[in-house]
Amino acid sequence: MSSGAARAKSPIGAALPRTNALRLLSGRGQYVDDLNPPRLLHAAVLRSPYAHARIRRLDVTAAAAAPGVARILTGRDVAAVCDPYVGVLQHVPGMQSAPQWPLAIERACWQGEPVALVVAATRAEAEDALALMDIDWEELPAVTDAETALNDETPVIHPQLGSNLCFERVVAAGDVASAFAQAAHVITAEFNTSRHTAVTLEPRTILADFNAADGQLTVWHSTQVPYMMQWIIAHHFRLPETQVRVIAPDVGGSFGMKIHIYGDEMAAVAASLLLGRPVKFVADRLESFVGDFHARGHRVRARMALSKKGDILGVEVDDLYGIGAYSGYPRGSANEGLQVSNLVCAAYRRGAYHAVSRAVFQNKAMYGQYRAVGHPVACLVSEGLMDLGAVQLGIDPAEFRRRNYIAPESYPLQLAGGPVLEQLSQHEALEKLLDLMNYSGLRAEQTRLRQQGVHRGIGLASFIENSNPSAATYGQGGVSIASQDSCTLKLTATGGIVAASSITECGQGGYAVIQQVVAGVCGVPFERVKVVLGDTETTPMGGGVWGSRGTGICGEAALQAGKALRANILAFVARIKESETSLFDIVDGNVVDAKSGTAVMTLEAVARTAYFRTDQVPKDYQPELTVTRSYAQKTYNGAYTNGIQASYLEVDTDTGFVKLLAHWVIDDCGTIINPLLVDEQIRGACVQGIGAALFEQCLYSAEGQLLNGSLMDYLVPMAGEMPDIVVGHTCTPTRTSELGAKGAGEAGTAGASAAVLNAINDALRPLGGAVFSLPVTPESILRALQRLP
Amino acid sequence: MSTPQPATTLEITLTVNGERVARRVPVRQNLADFLRDTLGLTGTHVGCEHGVCGACTVRVDGAIVRACLMLAVQADGATVVTIEGAADDGAYGNVIADLRREFHQRNALQCGFCTPAMLLTAAELVVRHPQATRDEIRAHLSGNYCRCTGYQSIVDAVAAVCRASTNS
Repeated sequence: MSSGAARAKSPIGAALPRTNALRLLSGRGQYVDDLNPPRLLHAAVLRSPYAHARIRRLDVTAAAAAPGVARILTGRDVAAVCDPYVGVLQHVPGMQSAPQWPLAIERACWQGEPVALVVAATRAEAEDALALMDIDWEELPAVTDAETALNDETPVIHPQLGSNLCFERVVAAGDVASAFAQAAHVITAEFNTSRHTAVTLEPRTILADFNAADGQLTVWHSTQVPYMMQWIIAHHFRLPETQVRVIAPDVGGSFGMKIHIYGDEMAAVAASLLLGRPVKFVADRLESFVGDFHARGHRVRARMALSKKGDILGVEVDDLYGIGAYSGYPRGSANEGLQVSNLVCAAYRRGAYHAVSRAVFQNKAMYGQYRAVGHPVACLVSEGLMDLGAVQLGIDPAEFRRRNYIAPESYPLQLAGGPVLEQLSQHEALEKLLDLMNYSGLRAEQTRLRQQGVHRGIGLASFIENSNPSAATYGQGGVSIASQDSCTLKLTATGGIVAASSITECGQGGYAVIQQVVAGVCGVPFERVKVVLGDTETTPMGGGVWGSRGTGICGEAALQAGKALRANILAFVARIKESETSLFDIVDGNVVDAKSGTAVMTLEAVARTAYFRTDQVPKDYQPELTVTRSYAQKTYNGAYTNGIQASYLEVDTDTGFVKLLAHWVIDDCGTIINPLLVDEQIRGACVQGIGAALFEQCLYSAEGQLLNGSLMDYLVPMAGEMPDIVVGHTCTPTRTSELGAKGAGEAGTAGASAAVLNAINDALRPLGGAVFSLPVTPESILRALQRLP
Repeated sequence: MSTPQPATTLEITLTVNGERVARRVPVRQNLADFLRDTLGLTGTHVGCEHGVCGACTVRVDGAIVRACLMLAVQADGATVVTIEGAADDGAYGNVIADLRREFHQRNALQCGFCTPAMLLTAAELVVRHPQATRDEIRAHLSGNYCRCTGYQSIVDAVAAVCRASTNS
């Protein structure tokens, strides 16, 4: 850490309220749908009602003549201005997908696939016109079961691919066969996770405004990744990048769902380009359920070989998951499988290892990255096996974990499959957790209550989570997504600092992180730092927020920029005072004598001299009071975080209902910039993991119809169902950066589902039942207890 | 004689955030769209348009309602308060100000999309039942989804305002 960051009054690490939250609390946020530029048109989307169907006829004549309609775009209309895309990562061997256009041409491949775009004066008029679209469908057989997607008798969705296999990956290390042959105990289980989706409270929204007079396209977009969108839009619409500006204003939740390319959004951009007018598209909630990317939906068969005394001798994993009819663009739909095949039991000395992950195409909604990408699945399998192993050996599950964690001195440790674990704090996290939750006290309470017919369970789940990803995630796969971020600092004329950064704010606190880091390093009050985010025209180039990277990567860029600006200011002052740089410091926004702390110059005076009184600046000296620094994590594929969660719950064995009593998390995200941001983000992430454990699933019929595509039917966790979540920390800063921060946004989701599943099974164990499929519903618990057929 | 056509628009007059408003509105327009699109009060957010998420909550004649489930014409003659005017609304206004402060201090919001509605919903509880227990607070807020926070900091903030309100 720099001397600036280490200063006693530094806001780095302080629980400061977020400056930019005040607007949101006053109803003065500005989300994309709050913008209504002059001559605005509104778009509504015709979607396929079938999972798989040929378009025999599409006649837009009547709809085009409806009141208010400005234009109707079909698949061919958009294809004329927008090149197709294929969502493959070149560094995933054998990965394949078919070309995809924004709107379906001739054939729709999932229920909800956009088919045509109606652009009208109001959204209501656009929707009225949708009802007049004359379309004749020929329904085709749909592929909806991942388990049979590769069978000979199953139709191939894209015949040119030869099969429904998107990719298969094998990770192998050591002799698994002999590990299982030698095992004293073999644990076998099949885990299922449901397909679910992000449900951002603000739906996907885009407003594209093409000004034909100067050829400039401005796109306001509810996105995590303005620079990725700029590249995509420029590339596919064949525009110079300098003519495309993407602005992410306030974003109402994202969770990884807003990093993908969506056909309806691309079609809205096409409409603006063709009409030369602003066009807005807002996905309503019903179309969000079929239009947004889904995630998870894995079936994992796993085995663990154990020695007599409880060492893990080997682990075998067979992962199968069904994606959409196309691999997602531009990030592909492989990342969940890559994580699952890398990470099962990765926090432990797992012995010989063999994992297969296969992703298959099916006629369901698009599929891809959502908060914690694959980690919750890997964690569920790992921790489910660990609990079964502990039971088999008759060892307490905490003790079984303690015995099998990787020894602290073994790091850095490279896993089969590639990732390196830099340094985890598993032992410390476990002891801290057991203490925080009063583990032995809870066990005693559990035993006592069991005698009274009350069935409570305690579930533990250690997790690891990738963060600060390098170019290994996308860049090496040929995908134009930045793995570096930048921060530009400018000393204002009155001694404030404006920090423009390439990350975005979707609520996580990117604004506050940059503000606190810059204020801390530069020695200015944090109120004097203004942060500019989310605009390709006013911020430097960078990757945005995804993969738990914002603080770890752009925070480091801000730190380095702060050091550079501070050095430039001090060098300038030293020159005009004809003294030495090292004799000065900046404290509370003033340049002071480093030893005595006596004020030498205010930053306003520094700026005035540099900007307005250049006559007082030596002729041979030019102060640089605007600086940019960039940072990319290049040491490892990612900086792995770790931690452990625990769930305490009660199962009603008559109704199958689960009541969550408490939840604990110990998380290690390295250096914490602001605990307020970290802790509540961990809680929110846990709630999404709990939602996956107990409530959330996209239910499809055998024909590929989404059966619960509304908020009435798709259950999202509510305040009344959630427990208090106690968060504690271990702190192992990453040595890949000076700041030492690792990601914090996803880890909660990675571990929560497994903790809940283990707690439920802990509660059911004396009754002889167990569940291994998420979400665990009251029905599934009653079935496990054989109280339902 | 031709059959009279049903009206597609109607005149309405109402009070919004203390100001009298008269407009001709489409009869099918919901109150949320009227507030946002016609009056520019974009602090009322539209999250689901089927009455579940609670993001469009406003106060109509003193009671919190889902603005997506109410037609603008049904607000004819009513007094409507949105987040933009909530802090100026008498006793409720003070509670809103207190809630804002506690939400801010505890970072009881992330993306902020649910926040205006969450404040209005919470204010109703603080005014009507300041002795609410933590479980009662959680139950009262259960009609307002938050996908970011995990709810805990929101519950903490509301509990703090309830406590202060019963102590004063």
